[in-house]
Amino acid sequence: MPVKLEIKGLTKKFGSFTANDHIDLTIEPGEIHCLLGENGAGKSTLMNMLYGLLDPTEGEILVDGEPVTFHSPSDAIAVGIGMVHQHFMLVPVFTVAENVMLGREQTSAPGVLSRTKASEFVHQLSERYGLQVDPSALVESLPVGAQQRVEILKALSNEAKVLILDEPTAVLTPQEIDELMDIMRSLKELGTSIIFITHKLREVRAVGDRISVIRRGKVVGTAPPTATEAELAEMMVGREVKLKVDKAPPKTGEVVLSVEGCTVVDPRGHQVVKDVSFEARAGEVLGIAGVQGNGQTELIKALLGLVRPDAGVIRLDGEDISRHGPRESLDDGIGYIPEDRSHDGYIGAFSVRENLILDLYRTDRFSRGPALRLDDIAANADHRIVEFDIRTESASTPVSSLSGGNQQKVVVAREFSRPLKVLVASQPTRGVDVGSIEFIHKRIISERDKGTAVIIVSTELDEIFALSDRIAVMYDGRIVDTVSPDIRREDIGLLMAGATPDKPEEVTV
Amino acid sequence: MAVANAISDEGIVDVRDRTDIRRQAKLVSIFGLVLLALIAFYSRIDDFHIVYTLGERVIKDDPAKEINAQPIMIVGIVVAALALLLAAVNRVPKGALGALGYLLVGVAFFSGFIIWCYADQSGAFSVAIINPFPGTIRLATPLIFGAIAGCLCERAGVINIAIEGQFLMGAFFAAVASSMAYSAEMGLVGGILAGVAIAVLLGVFALRYQVNQVVLGVVLIALATGLTDFLLSQVPDDPDIKKYLNEPLILERVPISGLVNIPVIGPALFNQTILVYIMYASVVFVTLLLFQTTWGLRARSVGEHPKAADTVGIKVNRIRWQAVLLGGAFAGLGGAYFTVGSTGTFDSNASAGNGFIALAAVIMGRWNPVGATLASLLFGFCFTLQAQLAFLDKIPGELLRASPYLITVIAVAGSVGRVRPPAADGEPYQS
Repeated sequence: MPVKLEIKGLTKKFGSFTANDHIDLTIEPGEIHCLLGENGAGKSTLMNMLYGLLDPTEGEILVDGEPVTFHSPSDAIAVGIGMVHQHFMLVPVFTVAENVMLGREQTSAPGVLSRTKASEFVHQLSERYGLQVDPSALVESLPVGAQQRVEILKALSNEAKVLILDEPTAVLTPQEIDELMDIMRSLKELGTSIIFITHKLREVRAVGDRISVIRRGKVVGTAPPTATEAELAEMMVGREVKLKVDKAPPKTGEVVLSVEGCTVVDPRGHQVVKDVSFEARAGEVLGIAGVQGNGQTELIKALLGLVRPDAGVIRLDGEDISRHGPRESLDDGIGYIPEDRSHDGYIGAFSVRENLILDLYRTDRFSRGPALRLDDIAANADHRIVEFDIRTESASTPVSSLSGGNQQKVVVAREFSRPLKVLVASQPTRGVDVGSIEFIHKRIISERDKGTAVIIVSTELDEIFALSDRIAVMYDGRIVDTVSPDIRREDIGLLMAGATPDKPEEVTV
Repeated sequence: MAVANAISDEGIVDVRDRTDIRRQAKLVSIFGLVLLALIAFYSRIDDFHIVYTLGERVIKDDPAKEINAQPIMIVGIVVAALALLLAAVNRVPKGALGALGYLLVGVAFFSGFIIWCYADQSGAFSVAIINPFPGTIRLATPLIFGAIAGCLCERAGVINIAIEGQFLMGAFFAAVASSMAYSAEMGLVGGILAGVAIAVLLGVFALRYQVNQVVLGVVLIALATGLTDFLLSQVPDDPDIKKYLNEPLILERVPISGLVNIPVIGPALFNQTILVYIMYASVVFVTLLLFQTTWGLRARSVGEHPKAADTVGIKVNRIRWQAVLLGGAFAGLGGAYFTVGSTGTFDSNASAGNGFIALAAVIMGRWNPVGATLASLLFGFCFTLQAQLAFLDKIPGELLRASPYLITVIAVAGSVGRVRPPAADGEPYQS
């Protein structure tokens, strides 16, 4: 029996901050309802209330016209709501069958697990919904796409009538995204309603029946899937957005950075970067595309001297820097925007002012012997805050209390305040609002135009296409091909999924 | 100038990685040291005749036998030399075959060491090598109880450093209960209750108030040490009162007829107290509980990914409470060993750091009750050996007394990096 889900005036406050403000939504039986909004717009808060993970401050949820209250996820599961979380709720060291049965175990005697029954159950379920997985495989050994199928199966095993998919495409290859959309359509055929949360315009238009847009905790409108991307983007951000980065053709110069045969072995003995060779020239943006976990992180670490390559040579302006550590890399003129800014990009408890000089504190500009030149540090901060439009209460505010976009601007401002030969930017706009994305992209392009060699690593194809002058595709630790940015999306998707190019050896340009 | 690396069929670049180099260097140096040590032992022995008995002591009916240990020593040296040769050409097999190889080298070293210790004895009587296994099982018993308590707690995501504290409380109250009830078995009940009491404190502060679990464990040990010392000091010297407080009955040995007659291991496994038999059952019980039951699956999920458990309706902190309390019962039984299970009267610091060794056994046994049991047996063996070698004057007594702890440190350091604790171990969870 399909279920109708209504949300009326749902509000959630965290202290003085209102994450959700009187949200009204209706999910009709058997529809795919897209929830579109920027990071931090309040989509996840709303869904966590729907799934019993958060208590609403106000408002009500109705299932088939009956008001319901959820004290825990089990209450939500009981009325037929299932959720596929953005960060998978799977135990990596358990098998697929164990993960699916967790909480509703298959038993042979009271309290005694029956793994055969569980495997049989998962097998039947995957037959019924056409979701292929091996019940006895360890979850951590599965590719991300298959892990997501396990999450969906887990939700369906609880007889879910309404399935919430929270940013399900963030971790998938373009091919896996297509597969997921097929799965969504066939689930809809079988009568399951789907709430599909995303910030990617292309996807909502491809699969949605109806689109609701959330901005700053409020539903600002609904749109049919026929709406244009520009219209949807404007609703989402609240103003007109440039979806394309304005940039002139590159004025490519000399080779600045050259990598030859770089191989990195991780501590567990797996080769994560395999014989990678490429060159980056002054004044161009080299995009490195690939699904997360295909060696990009380790390759970048090798470039910056955070790990030493086990084989191969990295040259900067002809000089071998493969044995340089991070400090020498900074002095060499390599700038770095890390993929996880809160982990590697700033020190949250330090002020904006201090974070802006983390790389330069020991230079004569900001210190005199062991003492810091506090006045110069303050002046530098004031200057950067204006230049990079960092929205902060003051220069002494801790960075952890800024929004994601402004935190990233602090990192970008710091890295751009040294003369750079090479800029390595990994996921430079992850978790950043659309306004800041525009700004950061513009700054990256202007850095390129100053003659810096820029290397962008991103799992978001949109970002790769927007910025790159050349695109190298990484798969399984190798650069499988280097292509021009006018390649078709499907073709680059195939490369990202490991489809072998015709001439695997000619990867360097 | 191109640094072309050959790529094999499996898509692996032909690079000799540092892990492999490190492994070879490590094996060559270890096997080299073993070989040198064995040669040194061999060259220092004049008379290879040593005496031994299969019993726990030399008695009239079963006099010590004599054996020429020279061939054993030579075999050991050959084994070590072969291993060194294999390591030098980097051909030491991995997996089960490799493990067997390490075991052989270990046995060769151990036998060489023992032979050196017992050979060339001066004096009227020769001290005989006695069967070390009964002692091993006895001394491992509290360690095993402590280690399975640790496995239970940590698998569910609660770090329990306080095993030592649970031992002390268990030991004290086992003595009191046994003295008062005039029954050694009641002592076990007292031990369980005392262990659970510390577990309640651990649960309240770690789960309810989310105190840092390592700091909390240390504090609980300090509390247990102070409390048992204080209570001990309050026991009057008047024998009429003292006999009701700290003069416990001790558990009797219960030989299992038939099985006890198996040579060497029969007396070790089947001539023990009821506490040891409870230990055997506990290892089986906890292993089945963790890996074959609904509760075990849930407990392990809570220790690995509590949020995932929460989203399928599992009450994370309820499961953790259950694991902590059950662990407390086992740790309390382990504590009871130090009084009603062995010497009787409670003395200050009766558990003498055994709780920390149990903790080491948890890590070395990879958070698996069976693995932790094997690690505990290894430590028990070291303690037994130490006690025997104390009769000989080959090694300074101070060094000998420190050796089990030294071996603990080496064993734990050796397993770091190769073992993976439960992912959410020690992380508080609030839904």
